[in-house]
Formats: sequence, C-alpha cells, structure tokens
Amino acid sequence: MTAYQFGQAASVAAGTLDGPPLVAGAGAKGAAAHDEGAAVRTDYTDGVVRQFAIMTVVWGIVGMLVGVIIAAQLLFPALNFDLPFLTYSRLRPLHTNAVIFAFGGSALFATSYYIVQRTCHTPLFLPGLAQFTFWGWQLIILLAAVTLPLGITSGKEYAELEWPIDLAIAVVWVAYAVVFFGTLAIRKVKHIYVANWFFAAYIITIAVLHIVNSAEVPVTLTKSYSAYSGVTDAMVQWWYGHNAVGFFLTAAFLGMMYYFIPKQAGRPIYSYRLSIVHFWSLISIYMWAGPHHLHYTTLPDWVQTLGMVFSLMLLAPSWGGMINGIMTLSGAWHKLRTDPILKFLIVSLSFYGMSTFEGPMMSIKTVNALSHYTDWTIGHVHSGALGWVAMVSVGTMYALVPRLYGQTKMWSTRLIDWHFWTTTIGIVLYVASMWIAGVMQGLMWRATNADGTLTYTFVEALKATYPYYAVRLVGGTLVLAGMFIMAYNVAKTIGQRRGALEGGPAVASA
Amino acid sequence: MSSGFSIFVIVGTILNVAAAVWLLVWMRKKRGESQVTTDTTGHVWDGDLREYNNPLPRWWLWLFVITVVFSIGYVVLYPGMGNAKGTLGWSQKAQFEAMQAEQEKKAQAMLAQFAGKSATELAQDPRAIAVGRNLFANNCAACHGSDGRGAPGFPNVTDGDWQWGGDPEAIEATIREGRQGIMTPWVDVLGPKGVDDVVAHVMSLSGRTAQGGDAAAGKAQFETLCSACHGVDGKGNHALGAPNLTDNIWLHGGSQDSIRETVVKGRNGVMPGHGERMGEARVRLLTAYVLSMGEQRVAQAGP
Repeated sequence: MTAYQFGQAASVAAGTLDGPPLVAGAGAKGAAAHDEGAAVRTDYTDGVVRQFAIMTVVWGIVGMLVGVIIAAQLLFPALNFDLPFLTYSRLRPLHTNAVIFAFGGSALFATSYYIVQRTCHTPLFLPGLAQFTFWGWQLIILLAAVTLPLGITSGKEYAELEWPIDLAIAVVWVAYAVVFFGTLAIRKVKHIYVANWFFAAYIITIAVLHIVNSAEVPVTLTKSYSAYSGVTDAMVQWWYGHNAVGFFLTAAFLGMMYYFIPKQAGRPIYSYRLSIVHFWSLISIYMWAGPHHLHYTTLPDWVQTLGMVFSLMLLAPSWGGMINGIMTLSGAWHKLRTDPILKFLIVSLSFYGMSTFEGPMMSIKTVNALSHYTDWTIGHVHSGALGWVAMVSVGTMYALVPRLYGQTKMWSTRLIDWHFWTTTIGIVLYVASMWIAGVMQGLMWRATNADGTLTYTFVEALKATYPYYAVRLVGGTLVLAGMFIMAYNVAKTIGQRRGALEGGPAVASA
Repeated sequence: MSSGFSIFVIVGTILNVAAAVWLLVWMRKKRGESQVTTDTTGHVWDGDLREYNNPLPRWWLWLFVITVVFSIGYVVLYPGMGNAKGTLGWSQKAQFEAMQAEQEKKAQAMLAQFAGKSATELAQDPRAIAVGRNLFANNCAACHGSDGRGAPGFPNVTDGDWQWGGDPEAIEATIREGRQGIMTPWVDVLGPKGVDDVVAHVMSLSGRTAQGGDAAAGKAQFETLCSACHGVDGKGNHALGAPNLTDNIWLHGGSQDSIRETVVKGRNGVMPGHGERMGEARVRLLTAYVLSMGEQRVAQAGP
C-alpha cells in the first residue's frame, strides 16, 4: 500500500468513524473559560512569525543539503574538489550551525513569538524589536555561511563563530529576551502557560551559556583566543555544548510541543503537576551533565562522575515531557489515522524518548568507553536532531503555516503524509546505520591480539564503515527530499486565496 | 580547579538533587487518591488550551527515585565530591594502568616463545611473522603504509633499497634508535644556475635528461659539495643515511621539480626510536617481519 492509498483509506475510515473535525470556536470556548476569561483576540503580531516560519523551511533545506554533501564526502572524498572552502572540515560546522541555529532557531523564534501572544492574550511587546531580531538573526546566519567556509572559526564546537558575530548574537538575543519577557509582562491572563516556562528557561540560559563560553580575547577582526585554557576551556565548552542541547534543542522544542500537541489533538494537557516536576528537574539537572562529554580525559575524575550521575538522573525529567505529550493524545488516537501532522508530532516524541534514554546510557563510563569518538554518537545526535527536533518542527510548521496565512489546512494533506514517510524512513536508515557502524568501530578499535597489539588499524575500521556511510547518505537524502516536498506544499499553501483551503482533517482552531 | 569552585559545585549539586526530590515528594499524590482526573485546573488559554492535573505516573516517579538512589550510591563508591576518593578507591589512572599491566603480562607470556632467536631465524617462523605484522600495522603503517611501500618522504621498506643499510643489525638499530636524515639547503651555496646544473647531473645519474641545466658543470659542483655524503659516484652512504641517487628510487620524489626542491630547500627525515617503548623482543620481531617483506619481494620477482 503506498502512502497515497494509505491516506485515502484512512480518510474513508475517518469519515465513517469520526465526526467532523473538532473546530473550537473562540467565542464558545471563551465563555467557558474561568479565571482566564479574556476573549481570544485577533490583532496578534504575526508578520515576524510568518517571516521566521518561511526561513525555517529555507534554512532546513540549506542545512540538510550541506549535511547530505558532507555525508557524500565521507563516502567519496573527491567531492571536495580540492577546494579549501568545500572541505569536510569547513562544511561540517556550516551544517551544524545551519541546522541548529538557522533551521532550529528560526522555528523557535516563529513558534515562541506565536505561542507567547496566544497564551498571554496580547500582541507582541515592541513589535519593531521583534523585526530587529528577525533581520539580526538572518544577518548572523549569512555571516556564518560566509565565514565558516572561509575557515574563520574559534574552533569551539557549536560555537565556531568568531567574536564580532558572537557580539551580534548577544545583542539579538537580548532583544529577543526583551520582546519575549515584555510580552509575558503585559499578559492579559493570570497564569503563565507551560510552553512559556520552557521558552523562558531557554532564552535566559542560552544567553548565559553563549556569553560565558564565547568569552575570548580578540586578536584581529577574524581571530580570537578563548579566555580559558586547557581542561577548563574544555569543561566550559561542554558545559555550553551539552546545555545547548538541553535548552536550545530540548527545553525550547518542548515549549513548541506543549502548545501544538494539545492544539492539534484538541485535548487538555495530561498533567499540570507532571509539567511542574519535569520542568524544574529538567532545567536544573541538565546544568551539571556536561562533563559526560569528557569521560576518560584530563578532567578530574570526580567531575566526570558528577557528569555521569546527573545524566542518569536526567532520564526521568526528560521522559516527563514525553509522557505529558503522549498521554495528552490518549483519547484522540484515532486522529492519527487522518492527521499526518499529529503523526509527525507523536513520532517526534517517540524519538525524543528514545534519544533521552540513549543519552544517559551513553554517559555511563563503561558504555562511553565503547561509544565515545565513534559514529554511535553521530547516530545518537541525529535521532535527537532529526527524530525529535526536525520532526516536531516540521509537524508544527504544517500546523502553523495555514493558521498564519488564513487557511484551515495545508494545500495538500497527502504531501504531508509523503513527507512524513520519507523523513521517517530516512531517519531510521540514518540512525540504525550509525548505531551499527559506531558499535562496530568501538569494538574494532578496542580489539587486541594476544601479543598486545591492536587487531585492526584505524584505516581497516574506516573501510568497514563505508557501507554504513552509504546507508546514511541514502537516509539523509530521503530526509532532504522530504524538505523539498514541504517547501512545495508551503509555497502552494501561501499562494492560495485566504480561506480557500478548508475542511478535511486539520487544524483544531485558529 | 580552585577549591572555591569545587565547593560551589559540591554544594550546588547536592542542593539540586535535594530540591528535585523535595519537589517530587511534594507533587506526588497519596495512594488512595484518584489515579485519573477528568477535571482541568481551570486555567484556559487561547480559547481551548486546558490542563488536567493527573498524578505523576508511579512508574515514572519510581524511575526518578531509582536514578537518584543509584547516583548517591555511585558517588559514595566512586570519587564524586572534590577530593573525596570514594570507598572503592577507583581512579581512571589506576584503571588504565591496571588494564595496561594485564595486557602486557599476557603479551609477554606470548612473546616468551621467541626469546633468544635472531631476527633471521624469526623471519622463517610464521608465528613470529604474524606478530611482526601486527606490530608493523600498529606502529609503522601510519608512515610506511600497511603494505610497507612507503609514501613521499617515508621510505619503501620492501624494495631492497636501504638508506641506512638492509642487514638485520642495521634494520634493528633503525627501529630501536630511530633515524634522522638531514640534507641542508644548497640554494645559497649553488645559486640558481648551480641548482639547475646539479639537478641536471643528478638526473643523469639515473640515466635521465633534465630540462635545462648543464650536467657537466653540475658534475663538478656535485663532486665538490654533494659527494661528502652521496659519494663521488652518487651511490649514497648507509652510515649517513644518504640515499643512492643512481637507482632511480626516490625518497622525496624523482621528478625534476621534486629534485630541485630537495636541492634548494634540503630535507629533514625523522623516524622516532621505538626501542624504549616496545622493548627488545618486539623490536626483533619487527625486524624479522621487515626482512620477510624483502624476501617476499625477491620471491615475487622470480628467478
């Protein structure tokens, strides 16, 4: 059965089993509201949200395209054409910066601006400053896209950009904080919605992480040296690096999840108290987990131990978000048959649960001794970055774009389904191949002969990895293909007359 | 790390865990209470966003508690609080040294069978060759290639052309002590024309003709300046590691450009000594393996 036939069958099934899609009228629900009784407004500041939403799609394609290119280079090294700016070492940071900060960042700006207005019942505070954050962020991305291929880098992973760009990031980020917290401050409702807790924690923490880790001594316009040295530098770097995962790629996207899953499912959040416990424990315990990136290094033993045990204690707080998301859907499971947006969101939570289980396991010293420096880490990162971050962002964009352009659904639900299957299959191929490759590399690197020598040379382990690099390239290409499907669907949706796209399995309320 | 920062980390981590546990205990519902609620908290956002207030799933609560208990136990057993050693006395340095000692003990037991044999004898023993191949792959292949055929600047050890001598003693000395083959830059002495002439002469030694340069003039310069190391006839000198220039085998490349670069800039080839790190037994096995590679070449070349 093709995805198309599956979609058709599902629609028929839904037609017989299900009533009309839940469309919650603002007025009716507003009357039922208790202490938050303010009516839903319509004068929200959505221009900046639209800009960031479109750039999410654009940067998603760019970032993933660079990823596919470097995956191909690992298989066919000649693909760097002996041009310095096309070498793996320069394109790899471009890939990570583009997918994390350009694609992920644009998605977070778009959704945080959208959500904070809806859940505070007020337009954005200082919309002009919000525009500044859009153009500032795009400028920073463009500067990254120019400087990284030129080899201008501070050499810190996920913080490669040189000091003038670091300063620009700090300025834009403070502006972002002013807009976000300003909007919270002028809210028309008493309680702050859970999604905003996560966005707030992410905005504050990323500011602190960025400023502390990027402390550097400029030498020229394009060169600086870290303010820290030796193992202290490494520890600061991975305190930053791990919390960038924890706050940028986890907490913030949980904020996205906490709005769009209940909206799309038309169900209340499963547990308020669970959200309290997992929020506070997640954001506090994450702070200490960074040393697990430096197991068996010159970092003092006791700091490594703390990094490991805090990573283990992170398992339950991480899963709290998954439980709250998945259990919110309980009672609305039938919607998965007809709504590929919900499929994206639920599968993203599954990958989230899987990678937040895998992470603590990999932080155990014994496991880390096998997994560290292998492609297992790459597989782990991508089950989080593609499975969780990209899938929840894509699902959210499919829910968000029609709302932003006066439609009730995307131009083609069938194409969303196609995107869902290409990306799901692509991610599974990617992650599984890197798991196998990583465990194989770890075992080959540590295998010894009776005479005390290593059984395999490095190049033998590399050669054995080639087939998995090929599978990974196929997986990554499928994910990229899905993004092109998305771009087409988004362009078609935007191109329609307002209100032209109606009915069908769609959007709970706008 | 300063002690002040250590205290900050210790106090911070303990308070953090204590606060998380306190929150967990505070937010849990007692066993008797309803496990599933249908009432929302009463808050409504954006028209229809509501929250149930279901109790924490018990399995999840226990998962959290178990990880906390495990972590506390782990920090008691292992170093985790500043200078506290942990009751097991574990350290990564001790673990590394213990593993290394165990590995070395096994290896020495295995290497004992080759004791007292010369490299030439070992070169005939397939078990010794197998060990030598492993040692070569681990220690030598990075420069000399896994097949021993070298790369520009790194000699081919299978072709019978030796910089420092190919008898077992010389090879063993090379591996044990390492070698440094230095040729100084000659452009200042020779001048541009002198370089062209010497390059022409050097190429003529292996029966080739250079583009430009006066080989006859170069010959005179060569005999004055280069012959001290390479010999008057250019056949090299094992005592100095000076390559034979007549056999058309080139350590740093045999094209006219490469030879010119060698004459102009000089060369500095370094092989580190491995004796101290490996011990005599392994050096001898490695020598045997290198010898056997040369023999294979002779066998392949045929009668």
